[in-house]
Amino acid sequence: MTTADLLLVALGAVAVGAGVLVVSTRHIVRAGLWLVVNLLAVAGCYLVLAAELVAWVQVLLYVGAVVVLLLFAVMLTRAPIGASDDLDRPRWPGALIGGGAGLGLAALFVSGYRWSRVDLPSPGTATALGEQIFTAWVLPFEVVGVLLLAALIGAIVVSRPDIGSR
Amino acid sequence: MDDKLTQFGQDVWWLVLAKVLLVFVFLVLMTLFAIWYERRVVARMQVRPGPNRVGPAGLLQSLADGLKLAFKEDIMPKMADKAVFFIAPVISTTCAFTAFAVIPFGPTVSVFGEKTPIQLTDVPVAVLLVLACSSMGIYGIVLGGWASGSTYPLLGGLRSSAQMISYEVAMGLSIVAVFMTAGTMSTSQIVDAQKDTQTLTLGGFDLTVPGWYAFLLIPSFLIYAIAAVGETNRAPFDLPEAESELVGGFHTEYSSLKFALFFLAEYINMVTVSGLATTLFLGGWRAPWPISLWDGANQGWWPLLWFTIKVLLLLFVFVWLRGTLPRLRYDQFMRFGWKVLIPLSLLWILTLAGIRVVQGSDLTVQARLAVVGGPILVALAIWMFWPDKRKAIEDPGVHGVDAAGRIGGTEGFPVPPLNLEVPVSPRAQRVLGERETVSTSKES
Repeated sequence: MTTADLLLVALGAVAVGAGVLVVSTRHIVRAGLWLVVNLLAVAGCYLVLAAELVAWVQVLLYVGAVVVLLLFAVMLTRAPIGASDDLDRPRWPGALIGGGAGLGLAALFVSGYRWSRVDLPSPGTATALGEQIFTAWVLPFEVVGVLLLAALIGAIVVSRPDIGSR
Repeated sequence: MDDKLTQFGQDVWWLVLAKVLLVFVFLVLMTLFAIWYERRVVARMQVRPGPNRVGPAGLLQSLADGLKLAFKEDIMPKMADKAVFFIAPVISTTCAFTAFAVIPFGPTVSVFGEKTPIQLTDVPVAVLLVLACSSMGIYGIVLGGWASGSTYPLLGGLRSSAQMISYEVAMGLSIVAVFMTAGTMSTSQIVDAQKDTQTLTLGGFDLTVPGWYAFLLIPSFLIYAIAAVGETNRAPFDLPEAESELVGGFHTEYSSLKFALFFLAEYINMVTVSGLATTLFLGGWRAPWPISLWDGANQGWWPLLWFTIKVLLLLFVFVWLRGTLPRLRYDQFMRFGWKVLIPLSLLWILTLAGIRVVQGSDLTVQARLAVVGGPILVALAIWMFWPDKRKAIEDPGVHGVDAAGRIGGTEGFPVPPLNLEVPVSPRAQRVLGERETVSTSKES
């Protein structure tokens, strides 16, 4: 195993551990913080795989904007300090479904790629990524853009009763 | 990977340590200096002496303040979330220091026989790294405000996070124009791209301007400057720390060294946005025009001086703004960010992309005129035939508001009066009524 492999495994373990803590902690704000740790570990994985742009965009968008907004919304409504007892849930079915899905996917990947060697493609620089997105994947990219726009407009219409149905 | 970036990551270990130390010492010294500088400059603007007792001209005042803070009692509020309360200032300061790692201080120099650039490191996406670090710094503020378990810090933290997220969008968009012009996101290459002078042709005159993007991309520079003030929570955008409304903002409950860390992070952020502005728009460490005529100006250790002077000038602008402008109201501030700065940046990026397409292609004069004139005509037409909005403003009512001032009938929710006539509160009416009855009963 090379250093990169070791780092990848360690970061993956951190990501999985933080992910488990997100759903198992009883402190609602700390759940958000564990989500940050999880996303940072995933960004670390991207860095190890030489996808610098994706890694920093992940930090910038998910850690820097999405989870901050999440925490912001939680604090705006209710954010008790300390454990909340009403965050309980049926643990065993959830753990079974989550663990089963994760293990099944892992088994699928292992069986699919076990004996095939994939050479790392060229590093994920901004130029390479931009060329891919705006040539080969331009249609999915545009569709995702329209989808996000529709979601935005929908959110505005739902949250403002004065412009809903006149 | 670019060839130009191969000079990074080749240093021997003691050189890396020395560079880390250089960045650290530079930031701490700049912070100590900036606090004194700000107090003296604001004092001069307000016709008073300012701190002038500790050391020559009061220069050691901030050092004395820092030492005093270290010896103060470290208070842990009873309601606080202890772990998060402790970790918040650490996040703030770490992110602030990390962001400066990719700012170039100077060209390649020789240190004890080793050739190395005066820059800790550089990566192809260096500017994104700075943005990511500054957006992670928000966590320090939000969590510090929340973990204090107190109202004012929570409100300050909420304001601060909303403000920093909003202005980060404008900041990122203003930098996009620089990426487009320079063709790279690495800080050292952006400085390189501003090396040559440009020739502008304005009505027959050939003007030679420096290749600085501050001149070439004036709208971007202005938007960046405004967004940077919002991003660093400085006056006139210092709403998270508005003393008259929120006591001290998110750090109200902090004391001793933890407070000092927040203070340090705030000033380092100021230095970082100034350093980034210098790098992206003001030619980085390259000497300004009259000095650049001297051949040695851009070699050896001199660029360190030019860089520091540029950063200090930008810091002066920060202080100048604080000394001049009153604080904005919160809703005005947010409206300005979302409805003015962001659309303007988007429009400017579109325009710039259009200009670059026209310049890069070999179109005929007519086609160029059509490309330039078409969008202007369309914009004019939209502006001419836009439905008149003034009617809606003059009409104080809102659609669906009934006589009782509610939306959606008796089951709906009330809306505040929109014609600025505040009705007398029911409680005040009742109190008035009681007083009158009392007085009449005495008389009788």
